Amino acid sequence: MITIFWMTSLLIAVTMGLSLYRAVAGPGVFNRVAAVNIIGTKTIALLVVMGYFFQRPYFFDIALLYAMINFIGTLVFAKYLERGEIWS
Amino acid sequence: MVIVHTLVTVLLGAGVFFTLVGSIGLLRFPDFYTRLHATGKCDTLGAGLIILGAVIYHFFQYPETFLVPAKLAFLVFFIFIANPTATHAIMKAAYKTGVEPWRLGEKRR
Amino acid sequence: MAFGREEEMRLKEKGFGILLTFCILAVFWILLSGIFDAFHIISGLICCAIVSIISHDLLVKGKSEKRLAKFFRILIYIPWELWQIVLANIDVAYRVLHPKMPIDPRIIEFETTLRGEFSLLTLANSITLTPGTITILVEPERGKFWVHAIAKGPADALLVDQTMQRKVAHVFMEAE
Repeated sequence: MITIFWMTSLLIAVTMGLSLYRAVAGPGVFNRVAAVNIIGTKTIALLVVMGYFFQRPYFFDIALLYAMINFIGTLVFAKYLERGEIWS
Repeated sequence: MVIVHTLVTVLLGAGVFFTLVGSIGLLRFPDFYTRLHATGKCDTLGAGLIILGAVIYHFFQYPETFLVPAKLAFLVFFIFIANPTATHAIMKAAYKTGVEPWRLGEKRR
Repeated sequence: MAFGREEEMRLKEKGFGILLTFCILAVFWILLSGIFDAFHIISGLICCAIVSIISHDLLVKGKSEKRLAKFFRILIYIPWELWQIVLANIDVAYRVLHPKMPIDPRIIEFETTLRGEFSLLTLANSITLTPGTITILVEPERGKFWVHAIAKGPADALLVDQTMQRKVAHVFMEAE
């Protein structure tokens, strides 16, 4: 079972590398914001699998916290790109 | 126990497959709006299935701590609500700023 | 006389809002901490009380009738939506992995008869999670939706069949 977790985390890391190409080469800022949001979502899944691989149960709290940080970050970025300011 | 291990392997494999499809769609599609289709849907379900597989594994392997699978189940529910909202927000910002959608037969952007 | 009754109803709505928020926050505190000590539980209840008194009107807005029936109808609506999520992802996977990539994107707009905030939110979330469509803009005064569809099939399922609008209107008991 440990090998299954190890292979899963390796495959998730490979897909993160694929999304990194779009974050670097996407024409314009919107493609880059979407790619960073996707990398954040994959980080959450990777943290949960790593918590089982290293036998540390505290990684799940970090995953929960990072899910909220990722969500709020993308929303604030989208609001800034739409209006040009955050507080009105 | 073997049944639980097989089920967890199947769930993890399906989750990794959907995440991979989401990334390939991010590279292959010709326009910003279509790329958001690929990632906003597939990546949500992929991460959800991976964490669901971990929940089932924990529930049968360490049955005395049942608060940890409840915490992870709440994480899945939060991902299912938060990811489409973030996708919609970034798409609304792009539409209002004037990014043109792609029609059939144009050049790649 | 009528003024007194209205104020009493508003106080009752506020009390219900505070109680519901307090219960939900207390459940989350106990779930996330895992320590059933006297000190932790009491400090948790104090924090939940302070937060729910300050910001209870973010969760329960205004007045709404028949909450229990609406809650049960939402519970029945969720499995159908989970099945739609799985179908959506198989459809997107087919379109991505096909060597010719059969997409034909377009933007459509339509009107619905839903007016409440929570029902518009549920419909927008469901449109984003179903095969081939993402919500772009929502106008709450007339119930108008701008939607980006990836091919003709999913666009027609939303415009012509109108299954999703009927289901959400049935859940929230608004006029069709």
